[in-house]
Parts: sequence; C-alpha cells; structure tokens
Amino acid sequence: MNPELGLFALILATCLALLQSVVPLVGSYTGRLRWMNAGRSLATGQFIFTLLSFSCLVYAFLADDFTVKYVASNSNSLLPAIYKVTATWGGHEGSLLLWILTLTGWGQVVAMRSGKLPPELSARVLSVLGMVSVGFLLFILLTSNPFERLLPFPPQDGADLNPLLQDLGMIVHPPMLYMGYVGFAVAFAFAIAALMGGQLDSAWARWARPWTTVAWAFLTAGIALGSWWAYYELGWGGWWFWDPVENASLMPWLAGTALMHSLAVTEKRGLFKSWTLLLAIATFSLSLFGTFLVRSGVLTSVHAFASDPMRGLFVLGYLMLVVGASLTLFAFKAPEIRSKITFNLLSRETLLLVNNVLLITSCATVLLGTMFPLLVDALDLGMVSVGPPYFNMLFVPMALMLAFALGIGIMLNWKKGTVSWLVQQLRWVFVVSALGGLAFGFMYGDSFVISEALGIGMVFWIVLVILKDIYNKTRNANGLFAGLKKLKPSYYGMQLAHFGLAVTFVGAAMSGGYSEQKDLRMNPGDIAELGEYAFRFDGVEQEHGPNYMANAGTLTVFKNQEKVATLHPEKRVYAVQGMPMTEAGIDAGLTRDLYVALGEPLGDDAWAVRLHIKPFVRFLWLGAIFMALGGLLAVSDKRYRVRLKKKAANKAAVAKGKARKGKTAVAGGRA
Amino acid sequence: MNPVRKQRLLLILLLIAGVGVAVALALFALKENINHYYSPAQIVSGEAPIGQKIRGGGVVVPGSLKRDPNGLTVTFNVSDGEGEVEVEYTGILPDLFREGQGIVGTGKLDEKRRFIAEELLAKHDENYMPPEVQHAIDKAHKPGANAEGAQ
Repeated sequence: MNPELGLFALILATCLALLQSVVPLVGSYTGRLRWMNAGRSLATGQFIFTLLSFSCLVYAFLADDFTVKYVASNSNSLLPAIYKVTATWGGHEGSLLLWILTLTGWGQVVAMRSGKLPPELSARVLSVLGMVSVGFLLFILLTSNPFERLLPFPPQDGADLNPLLQDLGMIVHPPMLYMGYVGFAVAFAFAIAALMGGQLDSAWARWARPWTTVAWAFLTAGIALGSWWAYYELGWGGWWFWDPVENASLMPWLAGTALMHSLAVTEKRGLFKSWTLLLAIATFSLSLFGTFLVRSGVLTSVHAFASDPMRGLFVLGYLMLVVGASLTLFAFKAPEIRSKITFNLLSRETLLLVNNVLLITSCATVLLGTMFPLLVDALDLGMVSVGPPYFNMLFVPMALMLAFALGIGIMLNWKKGTVSWLVQQLRWVFVVSALGGLAFGFMYGDSFVISEALGIGMVFWIVLVILKDIYNKTRNANGLFAGLKKLKPSYYGMQLAHFGLAVTFVGAAMSGGYSEQKDLRMNPGDIAELGEYAFRFDGVEQEHGPNYMANAGTLTVFKNQEKVATLHPEKRVYAVQGMPMTEAGIDAGLTRDLYVALGEPLGDDAWAVRLHIKPFVRFLWLGAIFMALGGLLAVSDKRYRVRLKKKAANKAAVAKGKARKGKTAVAGGRA
Repeated sequence: MNPVRKQRLLLILLLIAGVGVAVALALFALKENINHYYSPAQIVSGEAPIGQKIRGGGVVVPGSLKRDPNGLTVTFNVSDGEGEVEVEYTGILPDLFREGQGIVGTGKLDEKRRFIAEELLAKHDENYMPPEVQHAIDKAHKPGANAEGAQ
C-alpha cells in the first residue's frame, strides 16, 4: 500500500501545482485578491503532499520493500540504516523526488514570507514556482516513477547502493546542491514576475536578493562538499577534475555569483535592471541545464544513473520551454524596465560590471569546454575530449583578474571616484601584495611558479584591501570597537565571503603548485621518502565491514625521525555488487594533508601504494565555508526585513501602483 | 557626442574588445587541448599520429596483462574486435580495471605504435563501457553502419 500512497500523494501534488501555476496568475491580472492569495495555501498543500510522497519512499527503503523497483536496485538488507535513508536519493528517480521536495520546500518558505509583498507580485512569484514544479512533477510521473513495483516476482534482496555513495559526504552533498539549484528558481520566479508586472525597483531587488544569496550559499556549500568527497573517496587526491558533471554545478554558481553582484547594483543604484533579469533567467536555466546534463545520460559518470533517451528528451524539451518562454517575455517586456541613472566610469558600478563580465565569460568558457565534445560527437566529427589544461589555461587567469577587480571594487565608492584618490588609497596595498607574491614565489618550493606567485599575491591583495576598507570605515568612530559595531551584517557578510575567496585561493595555489606525489611498490617494512616525510609501510590485513570485505593497510609517517601519523588506507570489495573501492587514508592538517591510497596487490605481500603530500588543501573547502557563511550573514541584515514592511505599507498606500517615477530610496549605507 | 553617450560607447567598446579577446583565447586553448580518440583499429592501420597526445582505448584482452616484477609498470593489450594495441602504463590502475573491461586512456604512441598511457580511466560502474570503445566495437562489427555513440 505504502508505495501507492506515495504515488497518489505525488499525483495530488501535481494537481495542486497545476492550480498554483494558474489561479494566482489569473487573479493577479483580474484583480481578484482571493485568487491571488490561494497561491499560498496551494504551495503549502503541494509541499505537504510532496513531503508525504518522499516519506513513503524513505519508508520503503527502511522497510526493505524490494517489491519497489527503485528500492530493489538501490538498496540491500545489509545496508546500514543511515545509508538506507540516503539511498533514497542515491538513484535517478529518488534524487528527482528530492529535487521536487526541495522546490516545494522553497515554495512553502516563499509563501510564508510573501505576506508583506504586494499581492500581485507574490501571486506571480508563486505561480511561476508552480509552473516549474509542474514540469518536474510530470517528469517524475511520466518517465521516472520511483514507486514502480516489481510484481509478482520481487527479488529476494536488493542490488545494493553504489559503494561510492555509501559515505558521509554523499548524505549531505545532493540536498545542499539541490537547495542551491532550486533556490535559483525563486530568483527566476521573481524575475519573471517583475517582467510580467513591467516594473522593477530597488524594493524588488531587496526582496529578490536574500533568496538569491541563500541559494548561492547552499550551492557553494554543495559544490565544496562534492569536491571534498571526490578528494577523499576517489583515491586520486585531486579536488577538481573539470568533469562535465562538476562543470554542470560550476556554471550556475558562476552565473549566480554574477547575479548576486548585479542585484546589489540594482538595489543600491537602480542600475543593470534588464541585465539582472537576464542573469536570473540564465542562472536558473543553467541549473536546469546542469540537471539535464547529469540526468539525461548524455554523460556517463557516477551521477548519470540510467540512459533513457525519453528522459533526456523530456528535460531538453522542458529546458527549451523555460528558456524560450522567459526570453520571449524578456524581449517584449524588458524595454519597459529601463535604468535612467548614469555613473562615472571609475566607480563601483563599473567594477561590478567588470566582475559580471569576467564571471559570465568564465561561465561561457566552461560551457564551451563542456559542450564541445558532445557537439562534435553529435555532428559525427569523431570522438574528442577537452582536457583540464584547456580549463586551467582560461579559468585561472580570469579568476586572478576577478580577484584584482574585487580589490578595486571594494575600495571605490558608488557613482564616482577619482584615479588619484584610488591610487592614494591602494598604492601601499598594491606594493605589499606584489612584494608578498614575489617573495613567496621565490622562497616557497623549489622553483618560481608564476601562477602560484600571482595567486598568493592576490590573496595578499584581497585581504589587505578588506582590512584597509574596514579601517577606512571605522576610523572616524570613537574607537575601533564602536566603529566595528556600527558596520552592518550585510557588510560583514560581504567581506567574509570575499575573505573566503582569498582562503580558497590559498588552497588552490598551494595544493595546485606544491603537491608532491609518488606511486610505488612497497613491501612490508619498506620506507619511502616524500618531501620532508618518511612513509613506512606496515603491511595489509583483512577486515570485515557490515557489507564489504576490506584489505586495510597501515602506514606510519615520520618527520625528522618522529612519528607524526598512522594512516589506514583501505581497499574494499562490496559484497553485493562485487565492486572494488579505494578508501584513502588521510591525516588532515591545516597546513598539509598526508594522503595515502592503496593500489592493487602485487604478490608476496607487496602492494602498489600512492603517497601524496597536499599543502594547504583544506583551505579550499574552508574558504568555501567562509563564502557560504558570508552569504548567510549578509542575509541576516535587518534591512531585508524592516524595509520590507515599510515598503509594503508604502505600496499599499499608493494602492494600484502608478509606475513610480523619481528616485527610489537608496538609503542604507554602502555594502 | 554628449558625455553619457560617450561613456556608454566606451563601455560597449570595452565589452566587445574583452569578449573578442576571450573568444580568441578560448578557441586557441580549445585547439591546443583537444584530445582525439583513436580506436585500436585506427592505431594499427596507422591513422593515429605518433608522438602526439591522443586518447585511446578498448576492451582489455584477457590474459594479456603483464606486470614488471620490480616497479609499477604494466602492459596489456586492448582490442575493439578489429585491431589490437599494446598499452604500457606506470602507476596505480583504476579500481575497476579488469581484463574484459572497457577502458580509455590519454597518452602517446611510440614508434612501435605502442600506446604509452599517462592516465587510465575505468569508470565507476562495472557494466559501463566507455562510449568511445562502444563506438569502435560497433564500427568494427558493422562496417559502414553509423554507430550511435554516446547517448
């Protein structure tokens, strides 16, 4: 009964989503308040039924209900209970269900918090969200039903979850990533609603901003988790492979980062309006595109579960519908939304434009590199692959330029600045950063590596500019502490996120440029030297896990004759699928990771062993954590709530809004 | 020209210049870093260039795996049903490397048309056949027919 209940709930949710996409929208054009408000209850209903459906699937996993095809192919009675729960999103069907659960969850939060918005706007936002979920719910119901039964002959036991996914990182990575992807649906819905209404002011930007920032924070965390997982689980010691699936999540992140910055300009200065809308559309479309790439089976990887051409066609059709419809709307309505404010060429606006151009260019670069092999294949011109050097060659310089622009952008004021002032402010910062980068390049490692020296120089640059800016902002207050207290959470959030970028730069430059690696054959008792460490191989023993057998190795690491770590890399074979897996042995440290992976047995107790020293690799993910926290901190700013009320009250007073002319308040400090 | 227009023109020109440079760089980088796939049949027939970085791969021929007793160098043959090529690789083999399994690698051909692999990929799923290899096998078995390749 349970799976049928789940399916039934899902069908009900689809019906509610259909209503949600029509009723409030019609209401907003005909002025029926009750119809508009219906959007909220419909969103809640949709969320509850999707949650019910999802719970049914989780229950089916926990109860080992192998009559359900999806459970039978992704679980096993021996699987630890926690992984039974996470196996719910371990395959194609279930992960789509999680996607839609996240979407309806966002819809629910929007419904709860939209009471203060103008009714037309909130009705349209909810309608657009309804449309998005209709598409995905139909996708699940028509092509990927997770509740399909295997009757009358269900298997005795399940085929087990892919061992790579039986892991802590996998428990949290997909929900985080989906929170990000789907969160951009809210920004998208806001953009479409603004286009429908033909008006976009800084109040709109202030409503849309927190949603975008939160979605971005989640996506940042999700990507970082994925990278961390790949690092310790794939046994190669790499943290980014420029794999199409990774790129699929990086592209919306780049576009979303651009959107966040463009929204800041729209809020503060009423500029870049059409551009912001276009970015919101692009970001969500790229999220959908990522889903298409990953889910359609165009790519083969751990994420692409099944290649059913029907699924690919559906997502592609859906993607084209979304992009086509929103761009058409944009073409017709965007001319109504014009910015009439000018700014000086040397101003924060320009630097944010530079930021956007760089981010979008790098996004396009990644897109080109990702799509090129597929394109060539589709045209039957042969089989090619685009290697990581392509991406590094283009992405790294753009990231460096972005970091440089960041420093200038933070320092400059809105509207206008002068060259002499800028030079006066930044000359010492520049000199110190340049010297710092050079000194580092010459002193660290065996040889001077230009990209690493530049990277570290940029780290100096970002951090010093942040400090200088904080100093500038607090020096007129009575004491440092009083000054610091006056600065707003959104300012701290911004600076924390920028600091996070610098921290990630440290990780990328250090682990990219100064990692050491050795693959070798080791007999028990052998000692191998790598860098300033000596690794002693103490042999391999058999161990039993709950659903796997392992060869567990032991290595003892010494530095200057002193023992610093004992590492236990494993080679596991998972019983049901007979699949071998590498579990790396890692001694994590802030300034270096010692990383060891077992290869294959070479006979006579000898093993192939891979040794790594990864300097500062943790900084990569630490920086991502700072970025995500910075985003959340920025959203906590009071102005997103207090102003909301005030603005809504104003709106109500003005009643059926004549397009407001003149300036919208630009108060609220910089940041 | 009034200052607003002038400023806008400047911005647009800057934008166009930037995009132009970026596109040129991107295409250059792409051209330098594309690795073409050659099937074992193409390598045997001499179609594949020597000393240039390419992708190669096929099904690992059962019984062909040989290991250097002192180091980590292995040699094995890959086949697509039409040609067979010897592969040499030094390092740790991927988890899913097995005889009879489809693999793809990047590397160069030496003068004897042996494939010296720098990197080997055997993907995460044991039933997985790299699209390139599938393509090559289909081609070898149905000459003239258009293989479907990756889907």
